Order: sequence, then structure tokens, then C-alpha cells
Amino acid sequence: MILLHLLYTLRSLNDDEEFTDILEERRRNTDLGYALRTFNPQPYKGAPSCSTSDLNKAVLESQYLRYIAKEIALETGSSVEKVRQEARGILEEMSHNLQLGFIRLMAYTFNKVFKRLFRSIYVNMEGLNMLQQAIQESPVILMPNHRSYVDFLIVSFVLFTYDIPIPVIAAGIPLASMKVVGEILRRSGAFFIRRAIGSDKLYWAVLSEYVRTIVRTGCAPLEFYVEGFRSRTLKSVVPKLGMMDMVLEPYFKGEVFDITLVPISISYDRVVEESLLALELLGVPKPKESTTGLFKASRVLQEDYGCMHVNFGRPLSVRQLCEGKINRSEYNLIPRDLPQRPSTEIQDCVNWLAHLIVRTQEEGALISPWSLMACLLLQAPITTLTEEGLQWHGLTEKTLWLRKLVLDFRGRLNWPDSDVMSSTVALHHSIVHHKAGRVYLVQDGNPASQDPLSPEEKVMRTAAAVLMLVSYRNQALHVFVRPGILATAIHITKSTQKDELFSFFCFLRDVFSSEFIFIPGRASQDFDEACSLLQKCGAVYISQQEVTVLETGLEVLSFLQKLLQPFLESYQLIFRYLCENGAHVFTEKQFLPAVRNLATKLILSGDLHTFEVLSSDTQKNVLSALRRLEAVTKLRASQQNEYKVNKAAVRRTGDILCKIICDIPVKIKLLFCVRLENFDLFLPCCL
Amino acid sequence: MASNSSGSDSSDRQRIAQQRLSVIAGHLQRPVEGNSGILAAECKAQGDKLDVSSERRTVPRRRQEIMKWNGWGYSDSKFLYNKKGQAEFTGKRYRLSGMIIPGLREWMESTFSANLQHKTPAAPILNSSAVQPPTLNEAFLKELKSTGIPFSHDAEDRVFRSHGHCLHEIFALREGKIGRVPDLVVWPNCHNDVVKIVELACKHNVCLIPYGGGTSVSSALECPPEETRSIVSLDTSQMNRILWIDEKNLTAHVEAGIVGQDLERLLNESGYCTGHEPDSMEFSSLGGWVATRASGMKKNIYGNIEDLVVHIKMVTPRGVIEKSCQGPRMSTGPDVHHFIMGSEGTLGVVTEVTMKIRPMPEYQKYGSVVFPNFEMGVACLREVARQRCAPASIRLMDNEQFKFGHALKPQVSSIFTSFLDGLKKFYITKFKGFDPNRLCVATLLFEGDREKVLQHEKQVYDIAAKFGGLAAGEDNGQRGYMLTFVIAYLRDLGMDYYVIGESFETSMPWDRVLDICRNVKARIVRECKDKGVQFPPLSTCRVTQTYDAGACVYFYFAFNYRGLSDPVHVYEQVEHAAREEILANGGSLSHHHGVGKLRKEWMRESISSVGMGMLKSVKDYVDPNNIFGNRNLL
Repeated sequence: MILLHLLYTLRSLNDDEEFTDILEERRRNTDLGYALRTFNPQPYKGAPSCSTSDLNKAVLESQYLRYIAKEIALETGSSVEKVRQEARGILEEMSHNLQLGFIRLMAYTFNKVFKRLFRSIYVNMEGLNMLQQAIQESPVILMPNHRSYVDFLIVSFVLFTYDIPIPVIAAGIPLASMKVVGEILRRSGAFFIRRAIGSDKLYWAVLSEYVRTIVRTGCAPLEFYVEGFRSRTLKSVVPKLGMMDMVLEPYFKGEVFDITLVPISISYDRVVEESLLALELLGVPKPKESTTGLFKASRVLQEDYGCMHVNFGRPLSVRQLCEGKINRSEYNLIPRDLPQRPSTEIQDCVNWLAHLIVRTQEEGALISPWSLMACLLLQAPITTLTEEGLQWHGLTEKTLWLRKLVLDFRGRLNWPDSDVMSSTVALHHSIVHHKAGRVYLVQDGNPASQDPLSPEEKVMRTAAAVLMLVSYRNQALHVFVRPGILATAIHITKSTQKDELFSFFCFLRDVFSSEFIFIPGRASQDFDEACSLLQKCGAVYISQQEVTVLETGLEVLSFLQKLLQPFLESYQLIFRYLCENGAHVFTEKQFLPAVRNLATKLILSGDLHTFEVLSSDTQKNVLSALRRLEAVTKLRASQQNEYKVNKAAVRRTGDILCKIICDIPVKIKLLFCVRLENFDLFLPCCL
Repeated sequence: MASNSSGSDSSDRQRIAQQRLSVIAGHLQRPVEGNSGILAAECKAQGDKLDVSSERRTVPRRRQEIMKWNGWGYSDSKFLYNKKGQAEFTGKRYRLSGMIIPGLREWMESTFSANLQHKTPAAPILNSSAVQPPTLNEAFLKELKSTGIPFSHDAEDRVFRSHGHCLHEIFALREGKIGRVPDLVVWPNCHNDVVKIVELACKHNVCLIPYGGGTSVSSALECPPEETRSIVSLDTSQMNRILWIDEKNLTAHVEAGIVGQDLERLLNESGYCTGHEPDSMEFSSLGGWVATRASGMKKNIYGNIEDLVVHIKMVTPRGVIEKSCQGPRMSTGPDVHHFIMGSEGTLGVVTEVTMKIRPMPEYQKYGSVVFPNFEMGVACLREVARQRCAPASIRLMDNEQFKFGHALKPQVSSIFTSFLDGLKKFYITKFKGFDPNRLCVATLLFEGDREKVLQHEKQVYDIAAKFGGLAAGEDNGQRGYMLTFVIAYLRDLGMDYYVIGESFETSMPWDRVLDICRNVKARIVRECKDKGVQFPPLSTCRVTQTYDAGACVYFYFAFNYRGLSDPVHVYEQVEHAAREEILANGGSLSHHHGVGKLRKEWMRESISSVGMGMLKSVKDYVDPNNIFGNRNLL
């Protein structure tokens, strides 16, 4: 309830909010003058200014690390001094070295780069003002989403511009190994975390103490990506809890009065690395982060990437959010310097908070007209896109229709004033082109190679283009997911009974909770939200016990159901693969290409209509969904990610998804018939 | 607490003691008893030899003769704003008495946004008609009369014994609101009287509530509204003799109704002291200390009540409980004294106590240290505790309390003193670079041989210096301790001007001191804001005791309640939230105030269900019919 209220206030707050283009002033003044401006931020009250070396010293000399070092020394038989030496090494590799001089350098370069890349960078001033206030009251955690390398220092850049203390930022270790750039990032406030820490006890200890010390002392705001990494699909990623645990622990242990979480939503009209992402998802390895690579990438500077929005969400008080959810006195009986496994109550609370943040990021993101177009383009048959072309007129009209739906669903749109459609398509010339009243998918051919492409290569080529579209569609998905799942439930169950729909809604929500962000324990609120949104747009009528589909709502329902269709199909296919092919035990390395091969075959034979199953992201999500449903288990002892599949369980889950679709009650079938002709509503789900 | 507020050398102390005696003597020329309900009776005590005649005691049967009925302490002592608008402390009893306090008004106005124009005067006199007529148990009364023990059902007598000094209790009285009060007050004169009263109460099923000094701040004295039996308040104040002093073993056997100041004064006359000086010692009684597990300011030398007590005699519905000898320590199963200490009047009445005494200290010296901030101060106290070299008392006030203490400086007599003050301030803030909004002060009290005191003093100041502490003089230290005794009077002044507040305490391990202080203070501020308090509250704390493994912290919390329709409820909600915060951060439910009825709801989580069961089974055995029915603790 509080949450709903929170999301609504957030929304209503943001609705009348003005965004300011921070590049505008930059274009008028000199970059150098800007970089050398006086920077005089108001820090967290009572926080002692603490230098990097103070911070590192505090970490190394902490009671916690002493204890862990002793423990590890005992376990491994080496000397405590040696372990502590090792800890020092880890800390050196990890720690940031924030220096104002480098912030200025960063600001100067960014100015140059951003002015090239973007037409505007919009920032909501009200959010910044609230942040400024919050920073003086308690330690602040900045939690942006991560959609592009470009946004790595964007928050620092904005905060520098507005005289707010510069954050220290958690980054992946590969960035640190870039020559020069790694060091610049370090001095701009980045600290570096290894990717696969696994069970390295000492590393965990150093990292967690480092993070906790930053939060405890409040010496700088801490920025990290709760999603863990850059989303390759532009869709929100199920949050990772490791950092979140560390960040919140000082509150749970009473070492700070409160912690403020600031969700930040960064949205792009066009993402710089769009094609790289698609290729990566199709299994083409991503180039290693390197400085030379960065310079090579400088050709991206020639392109136009439209606008970027940085939306600072309302600061959230951890204390307020956790009230009544946890009992902090569980830490009373053990010295707080000793490691203590948090209770499930606390773990659940952390998980809930992390999901809440990601949902808030979603709510704060701006949806571009292009995302809506992508939703629609993906609902057209693939041959239309690649060969015949889609009617421009129909597309624009439908986009306007969708705009209205998004507004009904309280989505936040970034809708420029004039010439929306054609400028949007022009901006995305790398994906579609508009010719003679029709729109075609651009397939990035490689004209240099003379050899004709094999059918499989053709599929991959199309898939790359489609996945780019998919990623832009994904930016709008959060608005439609809840009503979409209800529409799917209505479609599959053919039921009008609310409780029946609710239980199917919950089932779908469970199956897809690695795919979309659902706040744990909020199924009934999600269902209510879906109901009220569908009712609001006139798609259904809702009474005490029933949900009745209205004639006027068929267009909406069919759109929503088709929007989620690729996910249903992909999951079905992978379920089938797991049931029919292969052994009971498989590794991830075997699984991904095998699914990809099967899917390619089916696409070529015309039995599969979605390319999304080719994406490694989808494949991994299915795996984690099945693990959550305990149909697949990860083998503990295994080094190379081996999984054991319970075929019966997978089949059962798959059956629920597909069986019902095969025997549609006649009455409802009729209702849908009108639309069936036009929209090819039922894709064969039972492959 | 005459001895403490009275000066640093013993001649000064003596002078004040004399002065106090003469004042008290004045009160003792009692008017002829108009109250027909009171019967005089003598009780033969065992040790007549040392017995000092009751005419020399502070607390008369009719407390109203010298004490306020709806505020703290003596009727003649209170803060007020005189015609010039200057704060003044009336009376002659305290060092501050008769003095002008120039800084107080501005402090009150700036801290609370209080205004002298906005007054909230208290009901001037007790309206007896507002008091419910007593529910008397006639059979009990008849037999009681035959014993000759004095009693009364006069409205004033009953109202005086119906409350402690919680904010809500005093606030209600000031508004003239009176709830359930005892139906009868009895004044036993000795142990045997108590035995008779308890026997009669059991026989006639009457509810007994023991009453000592009436300084409870845990709603312990409130009559349970659901109690349907006749409630009899058993006032121990007339059991106030020192029965004997054992100079060979340094113990004294004392009746439990004696109040702290009398006990100390009388022992002082023989060259001894107990050294037990809780902040309430002017009025609180020995029996009350035992029943609540009291703690004294100078516990570092003398110990808390549990360390001081050698032998206890308590009358329960099952009979009298006492040990058979006075061995200094025994291994005879769980110490039954610990069922008595902290029982809060739920098991019986403590009638006589043998406690340790010490020769009076040769030399006493106050001191103070200024620290750049509270964190350094706490670190210093921790180090002092680690080295086990704490002086008789060491207390650390936070910045707000430091300022408060400053505001209570009486008018200085000479230009020279004020010049010196200015110089000190300049030295600390400008020369030493202390931020006046962050610095804090520790007050110290050393006691013992002169030589040892000086040596000890040096040791403590050396430690303080390591934490950036600067010695700040005896005067600051002494004023700090004086504040303790007048702060309760100050609350009454605040209540005249829309300001309400109270203090509460807790104890915690050393590593949590700073966190609890910060979090609880912040919680108070936030809760006030959430509850609609219009002005920022005063939310401050001090560390008042150090132990090997932790410390005791006092919080003071007050706010201006203008604009609130139910200020007491708001106050209670905030205090409740503050206690939750304390518990969530690993602080205790109480260090020495006790549980009473105010903090009962947290007992189970504090001592576990099994612990509750243990206490419950003791209660069930000792008092199966709930004769001691104040419903505290459990």
C-alpha cells in the first residue's frame, strides 16, 4: 500500500516536472571555463572530510578485517600478516582515488563528447534539488540504471555541474585494466569490483568493509548499479543483492540513522552501442574493454543519438521503507564487527527493496516514440518487414493510438512537439528506412563479402536487426507488462472468473519473474493494477467476481497479448527442448548453442515466428525461471555451470502455458474471431 | 542533594547542612492536626540508641506541608520569570536559590521558540471535590484502627500518593485532572507495623501499594484503573531511623523509608556516608532504591545499590523474607536479594536494610574537560573505563546540554569573572579551534585522600588530553552536577510556557554508545516532525556512567507544544518511538529507572518468555492473591 502510494506520488510529482537541458548552457560557454568553475558542494552534515588514504586505512584496520584475516590464516595455515598483506593488495586494486582535478578533466572531456553525441541532455531540476537536500541529511546511495557505457560518469558530470558532492562509483574490474582510462576513472571516483568473486572470502571481506565504510562515514555518495551490469536488452534486469546487502548493513546494524536511496532513470532516444548489444546477444563475443577500442569507437562520434534524459527520482528513506518489515535487534547479541548471516526477514527485505528500486527506475524512465513504433513493428510478420515493407501511414496512426494507451497506463512519454514520426525514423536509420510510404527493416549486410549468405546466416542477420528493435521495444515494456499478463491470462484461460484469472496471472508472473520486474509479495496489487488499467482504457469491465471483455477493448487486449507472445513462444520452445532433447545434465555452454540451433531450424521451417529465442538473454532467463520453479537445479560441485533438469516438472510448467490454448471454449473464441482475421491472434503455441 | 550542590570544601558543606536543618526545623512546627483520620502511635524500634528523633526528618507525614502537589520538590523552590522578565530561582535551599539566571530566557526562547507571552499556568490548588470518594474496606479499617497505626483518607493525602513524576502524571495534575487514587494512606512506623498491615490486607483482600519517596518515573505508583478492591497506599516515610551502625564491619542497619539526604546527613554526623547518590536522593527512599535497582552518581567508588546492600528484610503476603547472616558473599543458590531488588513493589514491602558505609571522604574535587566533539568525548570515557580509573563520577554532556548548562550560569558578580569567562571562550573556540556548535564537556568528581585525588586527577586529565580534551575548570564541573538537581524544577518552568519534556535512560555496550546517541536523538527529531510538533524539539543526551563493558546514557527531550491538541499523547508516542529505537540498536529497557507500567510492554522481548515465567512464578508463590497489586513489571 505504502509502495503504491509511493509510486503514485512519485509519478504525480514527476508529471508536472520540468526538464532542463544541461547542454544548452554548455554550448553557450567555454568548456574550459566550465571545467574550472568553482566547485563548492555541501556535504553530508557532520561527515568528516575523509581522504582516500584515510578511507583505505580505516578499512584495513577495521575490527572486521582483523577478524577475517585471523580466521583465514587459521584455515589456510598462512600467517595473519600475509593475509593482511593480501588484503592490502586487494584494496589497492579496488579503491577509488577521487580527485577534483580529474573530475574537472572528466567534465571537460564529457562536455566535448556529449555535445557531439547528443542534441540535449535533460535533467529534472526538482529531483536534483531533493538530492541536494538529502545529501546533507544522511548517506546517499545513487542507483541509476545502466543502459550504455556512456552513462558511466553521467551522474558525476551532472552533480559536478550543480555543485553536489561527487559520488564514488562501483565499476567492473575490466574497466580498471584499460590503460590510462582505468586510472582516469579511478581518479574520477570509480572503484573496481572483480566479476566472479565466488567464494573468495578475503575478497568479499575487503569489498564489503570498503563499501560499508563509505556508507558509514558518509564521506561521499555511493553510486552503484543494482542491476549488476549494463542491460544488454535495454530491459530492466532482476536486481543483484550483493552490493545492496553491503550498502544497507550499516542501517540494519544501527551504524547510521538512515540511508537514502535515490533511483535514477537514464533513458536514451538512441543507444550508442545498439548493434554491438544485439550481436552480443546472438553469441558474437563483445570486444574486450580497451583503450584502443575506445579510440576506434570514436567513429560513433559522427552519429546523432538524439536526446538523453537523466531523471533523478524522489529520495527514498530506507528507514521508512523498512519500518515494520524487519527487527534490527537481531544484531544485538553479536559484536557488529563480526560477520553475521542476516535473517531471512532481512534478506527478504533487501530483495524487496532492490526490486522496488528497479521498478522505480522503470517508472522514472521516459518512453520515446521510437519504443512504441518498435512494439508495433515487432507485431508485423517478419516478411512484411524485410520484403514487402510496412505501410507508413498505418504505422504512424497505430503509434498515435499506442501513445494514448501509454498515457492511460500512466507511462511517462518523451514526445517532442513536432514532426515526431519522421524524425524518429530518421534518427534510427540504422534499423529501419522509410521509402515510398513503406517502412523496411535495415539488415546490416556485409556487402564486402561476395559469398551469398547461407539460410542460417540470413536468419542471424535478420535476427540482429530484430533484436535491435526488441531492445527499443523493451524500453516501453514495463508499462504494459501487468495489463499484458492479464490480457494473456484472459486469452489463455478464456475465463471471466476473477479468482481463476488471478491464479493464472500469478502463474505467469512466477514464470516470467526473471524476465520482468515484479516486486516480491505484491502479486495481488499487481493484479489489481492490471485490472484497473484495463478497465481505465475501456478494455474490460470489472465487477466483484468477474472480468468481462468489452467489444471496444479487443484492440488493446490483442495488442497486449501479442506483445508478450514472443516470450511465451520462446519459453515454450526452450521447455520443449529441455524435455525432448539432451541428457538430464547439461552445461550452459552446451545449452545456449543447442537452443539457438533448434530455433534457427524452426524459424527456417516456418514453425517459429519469433527471433527472440535466439537471444542468450532470453535463454538464460528461462533457465533461471526454471531454477526458481525448481524444475532445474544447478549442480553444486560443478565448476562449469552444470545443470540438472527435472523433465517432468518442466513439462508440467510447459503444459500449463500451452494446453489450455488448444481447447479454447467456443464462446470466447467467437468473441475474438472478429479480430482474428486481421491480427493473426493465435500463434501456434503448441509447437 | 545539599551536599553536592553546596560547595567543594567541607566547611561549605557543613554550612549548607546547617542551613538546611534550620529550614527543615521551621517546617516541623506542625500545625495542630486537623485531620481526624490520623492517629499517632509510637513504635518501639530496636536500636533506640542511635535513633534520631523524627523531628529532624525531611519528610513529614503530610507531604503537602513542604512539597508541591503538582510539580517537583519543595514548595518554596521554583524557577520563575520576575517582573523584569529575568529568570530567577526562588527559595534558600540550593546554591542557585535567590539568584538571577540571565541566560535562561534567551536559551528557552531560542531553543523552544517559547514566548513569555504565552503562558500555561497550572491549577493553583488541589480541588478536593475532583477526587473520587474513597472505597473503604470497613472490616480492614476497623482492625487497622485497633492496631493504632496512623492512617488517613483525606483527599490531599491520597492524591499525593497517587503518582510519580512522569510527564503525563504531572501534566494531568496541573490541569486539575485526577484519576484513580489510593483509598487510604497508612504510615507504619516500623517493621512490625508493616507486618500487621500486610496481614490485615491479606485477611481482608485489600490492595497494597508501597510508597517511598514518590519520585518514580515509570508510572509505578499509578493505581491500576481496573483494580476494584480498596487500594491502600503504604507510606514508609515515617520508618526513617538508622537502627545501628557497625563500625567494625562498616555497615549500617537502616529503616527503608529514610530518604537519601537524611541518610547521608545522619551518617555524616557520625563521620560516615553510603556514597549512594542517585539524582533523586533528596526525596527518594532506601526502600525505593532497593525496589527499583537504583544507581548512584558515585557508583564508581561506592557501587550501585546491589553492591551496597548486605541484608534486606521484606514483608510479603507469605511472611518475612531475610537471610540468616551477613556474610559479604554467599553461594546459596540464586541470590534471593535479586528477587527483591527490582521487584518494584510487586512482592512486598522492604522494611529494613543493612548497607555498607564508608568513612566520609577527606577531599572532594570537581573538574571538567572540554572536547572538540562528542565522539572524542566518548572515546575518552571509554579509555578511562578501559584503564579502570574512572573518578567517583564522570559524565559527558553533548553540545546541546553544554549550551543548556551555560544558559544556567547565574549572574556573575564581578566584571573580572565575566572577563575571564570571555577569555576562556576565546581560548577554546578561537585559539584551539573548537567549534562551539560541536564541542562538548565532561564533568568530573574526584573523592578520597587529597594526595590520591590529585594523582588520580592528573591521570584522568592526561587521558583526556590524548583525545583532544582541555581541562575547563572546577566551576564548570560543579555547575554540571548542580544542573542534575534543578533540572526537575526547570521542567515545571517549561510547563508554564507550553514546553513539556522528560528524561529517560538506557545502558549499552561501549561500541554502540555513539550510534544509539545519534540514532535516538535523530529519531526524536523525526518523530516530532511526523507527529506535527510545530517547533524543533530539544533532543539531547549525556553519558552518565561508565562500566567495564558499557555505559549508561540519559536522553533529555522537550518541545514546545503550542498548536497541538493532545501534547501529552504526542509526547508519549515520541518517547515510545525513542524506546523502540533504543531497543532496536541494542540498548537496554532501563538502566535504573525501572519498568513500572510505562515499559511493561517490552519486558517479554527484554528477558524472554522463560524469564517472564520465572518472575511470574515467584510472584505467584509470594503473592498469590495479588495483594501487592500495583501491576508493575509483569
